[in-house]
Amino acid sequence: MSDPRAATTPVGAPALRLQGISKRFGEVRANTDISLTLAQGEILGLLGENGAGKTTLISILFGHYVADAGQIEVFGKPLEPGSQRAAIAAGIGLVHQHFTLAANLSVLDNVLVGTESLWQAASARQAARARLRTLSEKFGLRVDPDVPVHRLSVGEQQRVEILKSLYRQARVLVLDEPTAVLTPGESITLFDTLRKMAAAGLSVILISHKLDEVLRVADQVAVLRAGELVAQRAARDLDRATLAELMVGRRVVRPTRKPLPVGDVVWSMRDAGLGGQGGRSHLRGATLDVHAHEIVGVVGVAGNGQQALLELACGMRAPRAGAALLRGQIVDKPRHRSLRAAGLARIPEDRHREGVVGDLALWHNAIIEDLADPRFSSWGWLRKAAALDYTRQLIQDFDIRCAGPEQKTRLLSGGNMQKLIVGRGLAAQPTFIVASQPVRGLDEGAIADVHARLLAARERGAAVLLVTDDLDEALELSDRIVVIQNGRLSAPIAAQDYDVATIGLLMLSEQGETHAA
Amino acid sequence: MRLERRNAPPASLILLSIGLVVGLMALSGSALIYAAGAPVWASWGAMFTGAFGSKLAITETLTRATPLMFTGLACALAFRSRLWNIGAEGQLYAGALAVAALGSGAIDAPAVVLIPLVMFAAALAGAAMLLGPALLKRYMNVDDVVTTLLLNFIMALFVSIMIQGPMRDPLAMGWPQSMHVLDSITLDKLISQSRLHTGLLLGLALCALLALVESRSVFGLQRRAVGLNPHAAHFAGIPATRVLLWTAVGSGGLAGLAGAVEVMGLRGYVAGDLSPGYGYAGVIVAMLAQLHPLGVPAAAMLVASVFVGADAMSRAFNVPSFIADVMVSLSLLSMMGASFFLSYRVRR
Repeated sequence: MSDPRAATTPVGAPALRLQGISKRFGEVRANTDISLTLAQGEILGLLGENGAGKTTLISILFGHYVADAGQIEVFGKPLEPGSQRAAIAAGIGLVHQHFTLAANLSVLDNVLVGTESLWQAASARQAARARLRTLSEKFGLRVDPDVPVHRLSVGEQQRVEILKSLYRQARVLVLDEPTAVLTPGESITLFDTLRKMAAAGLSVILISHKLDEVLRVADQVAVLRAGELVAQRAARDLDRATLAELMVGRRVVRPTRKPLPVGDVVWSMRDAGLGGQGGRSHLRGATLDVHAHEIVGVVGVAGNGQQALLELACGMRAPRAGAALLRGQIVDKPRHRSLRAAGLARIPEDRHREGVVGDLALWHNAIIEDLADPRFSSWGWLRKAAALDYTRQLIQDFDIRCAGPEQKTRLLSGGNMQKLIVGRGLAAQPTFIVASQPVRGLDEGAIADVHARLLAARERGAAVLLVTDDLDEALELSDRIVVIQNGRLSAPIAAQDYDVATIGLLMLSEQGETHAA
Repeated sequence: MRLERRNAPPASLILLSIGLVVGLMALSGSALIYAAGAPVWASWGAMFTGAFGSKLAITETLTRATPLMFTGLACALAFRSRLWNIGAEGQLYAGALAVAALGSGAIDAPAVVLIPLVMFAAALAGAAMLLGPALLKRYMNVDDVVTTLLLNFIMALFVSIMIQGPMRDPLAMGWPQSMHVLDSITLDKLISQSRLHTGLLLGLALCALLALVESRSVFGLQRRAVGLNPHAAHFAGIPATRVLLWTAVGSGGLAGLAGAVEVMGLRGYVAGDLSPGYGYAGVIVAMLAQLHPLGVPAAAMLVASVFVGADAMSRAFNVPSFIADVMVSLSLLSMMGASFFLSYRVRR
C-alpha cells in the first residue's frame, strides 16, 4: 500500500458516467454538453473558477436540478433525475462546504438521523456505534461518536459529514471545497483519508479552485470553464501553470513581491483588547506595528478574532483596553471622516454586504465613503458632475468593465466590483490600507490585478494590513506574517522564516485551552 | 420554481404593470358594481363625471388629493429608508391640533409670521409623534409598524379629549370641535367658489423639493444607502442613527403638515372626522408611486379620483361608496404584486 494509486484497478462499469449534461438558466449556459467518467477507486479533481458551472453540475448529480439534456449513470444504472432520494440510494454522498449538522446532537445521532424508520421500536444504537467505529478506524476519521457536535472543531465536523455519507454506504463521495475551512495540517489529514477511501474502492470527486491541492491528491483532473468541460486528463500529466491556463483560458502571471526597506511605523496597536460581538470574535492583548513599504499578513482559522482586528484597524470600534494609533494619533473614537483624511483605505471582506450598496449607481458607490469631501459635495448637495468625472477616471484607471458611471453596481461582476472598491480606496493615495480577503471569490485574472495594486501601493510607501484565510496569498504578498488564534496575535514571522508547517501549528495551538476557558 | 432577481426591468414591462394595475382595478370595480345591481357602464360614467366631469369636480378631486400628497410623501420618505411609518393618520391629527392650539387667537401676529409659525408647529408635532417609535426601533428594536399604528388610536382618543374638553368651541352648538382658526391664517382659495386652496401648491412644491433631495443631496444618498444596504452604509461611515432620526422628523413633519393644510385651507377647525383615513391612504399613495416623490402627485390624484368619483356614483345609482375603498385596496395589492414581478422573474 505504499502507493495507493497502484491499488486502483477499475473493472466493469465506471462508478459514474455523465453524458452530455446541459443546463441553462435563461441566457446563461451553466453547463454545456459535459461528459465525464469516474472509475471506481479514483479521485477526480473538479476545477473551475467561480461561475464555471461546478456547483450546477453537482446539483444536477445530486438531484437539486434537472438537466435540460444528458443523462447520468451510476455503476451502469441510469439515475433518476431530480430526486435526492434516488441519488442517495444509488450511493452518491455530498459533503457541502457549509455543514448540515445539528449542533446540539451527538455525532452518532447526526449520523443516524434520517437512516432509521420512524416506526422502528428501538434505535439500533449499539450496532450503529460499532459500525461507526469501524468506519472511523478504516479511513482515519477519528472522532468520538458520543460528543455533541458543537464541541467539535471545524475539521472534526467535516469528518462527521464524511462519516455520514459513508454510513449511508456512499460509493461516490462529492466534496465541495473541503479545504476552505481547514488549516494546512488538517488538509493533509483529509487528503490521507481520501487516499484511503480510494484505495478501498470508493470514488471521490473533489471540487476545488486551489490548483496545488488538486494536483496533489487527484488521479484525474477535470477543468470547467464557462460551463464547458475544457479538459479531463490524468493528474500526473499536468502542472500548475497548465492547469491555471486551462481554467482561465489564457496565461496569467501572478505578481511577485520585491524586497523593500521598511519605512516608519504607520499603524500600531499596543496591548489592544476588544470584546467580540456574539462572544466569538475578540481580541486580547494584541500588539502589532505596520510600517510604510510593508504588507503584514494576518492568517488564522476563521472566527479567531479577525473581525475584531478589522473593526479596530478600520476605526469602526475603539479598543476596550490598550490603544491603536494611526500615524502616531490615538484612535479613541471611531470617526470615519477623520480616519479617511488621515489616509485610511479599507477593502472589506464581503463586497456585496459591506463593500457596495448594490442598488445604487456606480458613481454613488465611488463617493460613498467621502460624502463630506468638498470635491463631491457642497452645502449638503452632491456635485454630480464632479463625482461622475471622478468615477469615469476610476473606471479608466482601474479597468472596471461596466456600462458607465450611472450603471447599477449590482450588475458588475465580482471582479469588477472589487476593482471599484479597491479603486476608490487607493485613488486617494492612502498611507494605511486594511484589506480583508481581498481576492475571495475572484477569478485568476482579477486576483493578479488586485495583488498587483496592493504591491504597487506598498512600493509607493503605503502600509498594508492583509487579513486572509488563504495562506498561499499571505505567503506571496506579505513581508511579515502574524498568526491570529483565539484572539491573540503570534510574534511576527519574517519572510525568510516562512514555514507552512510552523504557521499551521500556530493556527491550531492552544485549542485545548479554548475549550477549558 | 424559484425566483431570480431581474437586472433592470424594461420600460415596456413597467408600462404593462401600470396597465395591469388599472385594469385589475376596473375589473374588480365592475364586478362590485354588478354585484350591487347597478348598470356597470353607466356607473363608471357617473364615476368619471363625478371626478373629472366639470370644473367643480376637478377642483374637488384636487382638494382631496392635497392631504394625500402630504401623507403619501410622508410614507414614501420613511419607507425608502425602511422606517415603516403607518402612523401618518395620528401625525396628521397632531399637526391639526397644533394649528388649532396656536392659530385660533393664542398668538397675535401678522399672517406672514403666523402662517409659517403654525405650519412649523404642526410639522414639529407630527415629527415628535414619529420620533418616539424611531428611537424605540433604534435603541430597543421595537417593531415600528406596531408602535406607529397603535399611536394612531391613542392620538384619535387624545383628539376626542381635547375637542370635548379644553379646546372645545363653546359656540359650536354642542358639536365636539375645536375653536375656529383665525381668518388671517386661512389659506387662500386657488379658484373662487371652489374648495381648492394653496395647500395644493405647497404639496406639489414639496414633492419637487423632495425629489431633488433624494436624487441630488448628501442626505438623500445617505438615506438611500441606509435603506438599501445598512451594513454597507455603516461600513462607509454613514451615521445610520442620525439618518434614521432625521428621516423620522421629515416623515412625521410631512404628515403633520397634512393636518395643518386641512385645517387652514378647508375645515377651519379640528373635529373627529377631519381625516377620512388620509393617513392610511398615504401608505397606498406611497406604494402606488413606487416610493418616488415625483410619482406621489399622480398616485394621490388616482386615489382621490376614485374616492370622489365613487361618491358621485353612489349618489346616482345608490351603490355603496365603500366600493371605492375596496378598489383602492385592491389596486395596492395588485401594484405590490406587479412591482414584485418587476424586480423578480420566475424560473423553473
